[in-house]
Amino acid sequence: MSGAVTPAEREAVIRVRGLKNQFGNHVVHEDLDLDVYRGEILGVVGGSGTGKSVLLRTITGLQTPAAGEIEVFGVDVLARGAGRDSLDDRWGVMFQDGALFSSLTVRENIEVPMKAVPGLAPDIRRELADLKISMVGLPYLAGDLYPSELSGGMRKRAGLARALALDPEIVFLDEPTAGLDPIGAAAFDTLIRNLSQSLGLTVFLVTHDLDTLYAICDRIAVLSERRVLVTGSLDDMLEVDDPWVREYFHGPRARAAFADSEAGRGD
Amino acid sequence: MAEQGRIELDLSETATEAVLRLSGVLSVRTVSPLRDRLSALNFDRPLVVDLASVERIDTAGAWLLAELEARATANGASLALRNAGDTTMQLLDNVRQARPQREERPPAPRGVRALLDQTGRAVVGTAGYFADLTGFLGLFLARLARLLRHPSQFRLTALVAHCEDVGLRAVPIVALMSFLIGVVLAFQGSEQLRQFGAEVFVVDLIAISVLRELGILLTAIIVAGRTASAFTAAIGSMKMREEIDAMRTLGLDPAVMLFVPRILALLLMLPILGLIADFMGLFGGALMAWLELGISPSMFVTRLIEGTGVGHLFVGLVKAPAFALIIGVVGCHAGMQVKGNAESLGRMTSGAVVAAIFAVILADALFSVFFAKVGI
Repeated sequence: MSGAVTPAEREAVIRVRGLKNQFGNHVVHEDLDLDVYRGEILGVVGGSGTGKSVLLRTITGLQTPAAGEIEVFGVDVLARGAGRDSLDDRWGVMFQDGALFSSLTVRENIEVPMKAVPGLAPDIRRELADLKISMVGLPYLAGDLYPSELSGGMRKRAGLARALALDPEIVFLDEPTAGLDPIGAAAFDTLIRNLSQSLGLTVFLVTHDLDTLYAICDRIAVLSERRVLVTGSLDDMLEVDDPWVREYFHGPRARAAFADSEAGRGD
Repeated sequence: MAEQGRIELDLSETATEAVLRLSGVLSVRTVSPLRDRLSALNFDRPLVVDLASVERIDTAGAWLLAELEARATANGASLALRNAGDTTMQLLDNVRQARPQREERPPAPRGVRALLDQTGRAVVGTAGYFADLTGFLGLFLARLARLLRHPSQFRLTALVAHCEDVGLRAVPIVALMSFLIGVVLAFQGSEQLRQFGAEVFVVDLIAISVLRELGILLTAIIVAGRTASAFTAAIGSMKMREEIDAMRTLGLDPAVMLFVPRILALLLMLPILGLIADFMGLFGGALMAWLELGISPSMFVTRLIEGTGVGHLFVGLVKAPAFALIIGVVGCHAGMQVKGNAESLGRMTSGAVVAAIFAVILADALFSVFFAKVGI
């Protein structure tokens, strides 16, 4: 899946160096380095409390780190100014529970980012919002519903549709398949894979779902001991000599997911 | 930057086909003007769209191509793409598959029927609300009676904690408010009574209005604002996080665990708060009467004891338990109506305050009529 291109030749769209995050005395990240390359799907895994979501929030500028530098498309996320503002069009974030605006319908939620586009006719905006709704696998009439009327899985899909509204170059997904049934989760995986290929998306994906890792991730980054312990493809992960990583990728659930994906590849 | 892209089009028509050459960026930023320029297209011969010099195409661009294709098909013409890359074709496939199938919603009723429909629903809803409240009051009384028979189930710690929250913490605001009300009454009353040389009656004015009505009514309104909202928010957020359901599955009765301690705390505390309010109101009035009218504190007290029967205090404080029940029941009931989202928690909390204050004032009016009829 990762292809023949070695990481050195690829353009790093996200570059994190020496990141430190701290809440009071509790150090979450220390000296954390991470590169995300254009067009790849990076899965970030780690035990509970290792700061996966904090990393996502830091890269998207929602959390100011104690130290370190973060560049997205070569723009310093921590700086202020026009360069930083231009990033908002180029990335999209899907939060864990969708984080839809509760006073707007699903369609209006998806139209929110589109309203910033100059000269986009309202009827086209509506049509495009309907298209996004349908692309993420929601029924047409879901567009008229309010977030409180949706199930958890539908909210996630609507959140993804809003994140993708302007066809960003990077999407950040926070546990996209958590709480979905296996069929819905598999459909979501396929959706992300498809969109990533056809739109050239770079995907930064925080997940616990082993099936997602096996099915769609090009590369995996393991957060442990306050830093990115190791990055690499799945096959690399199987050979890492770290107790947590071995437990994670050689556990019974991992073996089952791996067997499934092997069978899938064999088809 | 590609973001600020532009799109150019060039249409050349031959006898057998029309060729549309697009160049530039086909994206959400350019799709609007492009569609306007394509709207004049008539599909009288096969259309070929040449994408050779399109630098970038996004979902919006692909949507436009899919729309164009659909229009061509509808007009009996065909559309072919030339020089489209693999990713473009894949994107276009995705968009084609996803093109929403429009569904009509059932039309909403309009006019007089809709108005009648809404009115009817509102009336039934309100009646149901009052029935619910009565049911809730019954539930509270039934659980209270059961707890009297089985005192071991009673949660004394919770009751004390709620008493502190509902009673003790409300003392400063209640005391300050009624002190100021006493001051205002003395000041306004003395202005009017001085015209008749009847300054001394300001004592009766203050005593009767504070003891009978204002002390307890304003205390109840403040408590309704403070406590009804707190009850709704606390119980509502427990409902939201399914804590109430968890209680039920563990065999714990939410009415016993949550409602009884809260409402009972209010029942115990509101009369005490009312008494404090009465005292502070008289104190404020006496202070102002002394400063403004020269009625000395000892004269105020003498006049108070002579002119105002203790019945006025009784008439005021007897309303306190009724107000406490109203506030507690409305607050707890609203908390139980919270659905699974934060929006309904906010709506229910503000709704509980409005309903509790309204109900308190309504009850006060009924009490007034009742006392007037029986001549107390």
